[in-house]
Amino acid sequence: MKAVIIGCGRVGSSVALQLAGEEWDVTCIDEDENALARLGSWKGGFVVGHGMDRDILEEGGAAEAHAAVVATDGDNSNIVIGQILQRRYSIQCVVVRVLDPARAEFYEKLGLRTVCPTQTAISTLVHAVRACEVGTVAQAAS
Amino acid sequence: MYVVIAGGGKVGANVARSLIAMEHEVTIVEQRRDRVAQLEEEFGHAAMLGDATEIAVLERAGIARPPDLVLAVTGDDEDNLVISQLAREGYGVEKVIARVNDPRNQETFDLLGVSRTVCATSGLLGLVEHEVPEHGLVRLLELRREGLEVVEVQVVADSPAAGQRVSGLSLPEGSRLVSVMRNGTAEIAVGETVIHPGDQVVAILKPGAEDQLRRALVG
Repeated sequence: MKAVIIGCGRVGSSVALQLAGEEWDVTCIDEDENALARLGSWKGGFVVGHGMDRDILEEGGAAEAHAAVVATDGDNSNIVIGQILQRRYSIQCVVVRVLDPARAEFYEKLGLRTVCPTQTAISTLVHAVRACEVGTVAQAAS
Repeated sequence: MYVVIAGGGKVGANVARSLIAMEHEVTIVEQRRDRVAQLEEEFGHAAMLGDATEIAVLERAGIARPPDLVLAVTGDDEDNLVISQLAREGYGVEKVIARVNDPRNQETFDLLGVSRTVCATSGLLGLVEHEVPEHGLVRLLELRREGLEVVEVQVVADSPAAGQRVSGLSLPEGSRLVSVMRNGTAEIAVGETVIHPGDQVVAILKPGAEDQLRRALVG
């Protein structure tokens, strides 16, 4: 099974390493050639270039990929590249990181699978505060 | 009419000025603080600070009214694509025009359904081609959405079409010759029209048939 990861920063590189460890054939695409260092002794593919560039995507194996993760540092780039991968290459599993919760929700409705770390952080933090049960403790103390 | 302009650079500001002169209501959204200060000097409250790819910013600009027209003319193609999709799919804005900065991204605008686009670079290149006739085929008009284009070809002495009747040419499927221009005068091309060296031939065709048409006319 082939996967292409666009954006090989902290998130993209970790996703790439985990998938590669689960027997995926992974290729990473990043504008910065130094991003390769994040992958350690990487045996998968690595292409230097922009994810909007058709030649770069195809060199990265977008046409044969079964899954794609888009995690560059730009929400709008991710949204656009995700749609290109869905529509031009008909990749069934395209997952896109979008930091802005409002845009993430909007594109989720349009049929793009978005992951919003900001929304996850908000929910986790709210849940963590609730889990403290401060009210109960305060009541018990009084 | 009410127009929201996303991107307050040279393009956005000049379009805003013209629209205001035509008595239209305009809001210009620009994310660079120093640029907004300049815009405010000329446009006052019509200038607004913010990233037009953020839904909250678009709502402050009145996207929910919705505007009669949204122009996505920032210097970033991804931003223009997202603004166009938010306006059309999110708020039902019927007329959205997007600027294509890098002509290589044109196919992405088409793929994502953002079909009304303007690309200054392509326009300039078209004019350059027009000035260099030996370049082959010149695009005069491109109706992307309708899937039709109008092109011009200069026939020379050794072109396969030179000396031929229009009816005798093997033109590609989905193409027609429209007119033949000779010595500054155009005549409608019919089956009996004979093409001479030096003629400028205008044809209408489906996109994709350019190479075949070029081969049939000028080799």
